[in-house]
Amino acid sequence: MSSRTVERSRFGIYGGRFVPESLIPACEDVERAFTEAWHDPVFRDRLAEILSVYAGRPTPLTPALRLSAELGVTLLLKREDLAHTGSHKINNVLGQALLAQRMGKARLIAETGAGSHGVATATAGALLGMATTVFMGERDIERQQLNVFRMRTLGAEVIPVSTGSRTLKDACTEALRHWVTAVDDSHYCLGSVMGPHPYPWMVREFQRVIGDEARSQVTAVPDYVVACVGGGSNAAGTFAGFLDTSARLIGVEAEGGAAVTAGSDGILHGFRTRVLQDADGQIAEAHSIAPGLDYPGVGPEHAHFASTGQARYVTVGDTDVVAAVHRLARTEGIICALESAHAVAWLINAAASGEVPAGATVLLTLSGRGDKDMATLMELA
Amino acid sequence: MNVLETHTRRVRDSGRKLLVPYVTGGLAGDWTDYLHAAADAGADVLEVGLPFSDPMLDGPAIQRASDAALARGATIDSILTDVSRLSLPVPVVAMTYANLVFRRGAEWFCAALRDAGFSGLIVPDVPVDEADELLAAATGLDLVLLVSPATTRERRREIAGRSGGYVYAVSLMGTTGARAALPASAGELARSVKAVTDLPVLLGFGVSSPATARAAVVEADGVIVGSTLMQQVLDGSSPGDVGVSLTGMRAALDGLDA
Repeated sequence: MSSRTVERSRFGIYGGRFVPESLIPACEDVERAFTEAWHDPVFRDRLAEILSVYAGRPTPLTPALRLSAELGVTLLLKREDLAHTGSHKINNVLGQALLAQRMGKARLIAETGAGSHGVATATAGALLGMATTVFMGERDIERQQLNVFRMRTLGAEVIPVSTGSRTLKDACTEALRHWVTAVDDSHYCLGSVMGPHPYPWMVREFQRVIGDEARSQVTAVPDYVVACVGGGSNAAGTFAGFLDTSARLIGVEAEGGAAVTAGSDGILHGFRTRVLQDADGQIAEAHSIAPGLDYPGVGPEHAHFASTGQARYVTVGDTDVVAAVHRLARTEGIICALESAHAVAWLINAAASGEVPAGATVLLTLSGRGDKDMATLMELA
Repeated sequence: MNVLETHTRRVRDSGRKLLVPYVTGGLAGDWTDYLHAAADAGADVLEVGLPFSDPMLDGPAIQRASDAALARGATIDSILTDVSRLSLPVPVVAMTYANLVFRRGAEWFCAALRDAGFSGLIVPDVPVDEADELLAAATGLDLVLLVSPATTRERRREIAGRSGGYVYAVSLMGTTGARAALPASAGELARSVKAVTDLPVLLGFGVSSPATARAAVVEADGVIVGSTLMQQVLDGSSPGDVGVSLTGMRAALDGLDA
């Protein structure tokens, strides 16, 4: 395991800690606790063990043989869809839940969009005997009822958020408001590489297991490393394993939620990043068929990578995404999440246009499985 | 010393407790009438909220007031223009969130506030550690910083040392909103901040009645009152009605209530 744990409160001009004074001591506590834990072999071993015997890590690297043949490339799928609870979210959540326990907290708070992070947090709460409260936008509750029921089955309390666009952005705002009132006994288990310092750095470290594993599973450095980007945690974790290689890093955003590609510099949810907003700075609503990408901001490290050119960010639209779900399902027998399908859709387009040349090797992170999206896809069928 | 701080110190030193009402800019067509009513009722400073789509530190009343103002089409420009046309007898302070301040740049934003006649600025999601750029841009304006019950003693000293106009003491761990009684943390916080600064220290969050106002100034130099007023406006209260509420609080602060 890499020991690159240098603390980063800023990624270039992005990041920082733009939160009310009431949350500053809590952020400092998390920063201190994580820094200590991440240097503590006992903590690292416990997390590694639980990721192995409980969450099913390492996840396989699957050669996608039939789709590769159709596209004329060598496609390797990093199978986060096979991790417990069905997505990469479990990597971060188990890390944060163990940290919360180490900090003496009795309760976990989380926001969720698609429900994947909420389900993962509810799972960790059940595993470690911690009460869990999940904030979820009313609109997301309507379109992700299965995940709401999963969370409640796991014993979590799901609180509907009825403000603003009633999606992930508002769930995150409400979770932060709630955390202010509950800092003494509760840990805010933020679900992506966003929020005030130390979250973008800490969540990236908990997710780098994706990239570190993949790096050890490939026989040669791939030409392309591709992942979808909402907040950007599966991409950040994947990229972390290949930053020092020649691989071209591609982050795929939803056309209607493309903060890197279509946004501008702003401050939301405690950090400076690229944001979808109007001329005054009012935050715009994101629109994507994938609720996990329905977020008007992006992790600060991605905003930084875009500005330095260390990674490239592209977009695909809903129609291509749905087609990609079906194509991957029929060629590989894998029904991936709508979020992950953004990465697949980009590759299909890029291989067709020659942007990704024939014969290239592509490592693509499938961040989650598509069970949660069946109702959405059935409506379109 | 800037206009705001000269004023707040003078009021405090005269033995008068400061009353600082908050009004969300653009909340209604006649929203500036609420400022006049507040001034007439004995306000010493007026806070004007520039509404933000995602107000992280605000409870339901100011969230709804912000949504209503934005739905009516309120913008930074429209609110500043409205304020620039007023002739108010007391200093006016803007309260908003970081994204509105930095969208067109802190320099631009502070210049626009000065041009519109504002004397100060409160940005609750710019804590002291992130305030350098804004402090540099805010020449001529006082940047009011906040302390909370969770703020360590060392930070209280640092924040008070860099705050201008007054120190905004957040009475409780929570969002803005009316409460039945002032929490126990409020008095202790005001006392501890006053021990490290000679700036006026005002308590806000949960000050919503003559009784809570009176309780607050046992230790603090004054109060900030927002959510309860905005709830009244949302419920249809006229500027006159809101003025009556503030007159009651003024009397409580002056020790004139029963």
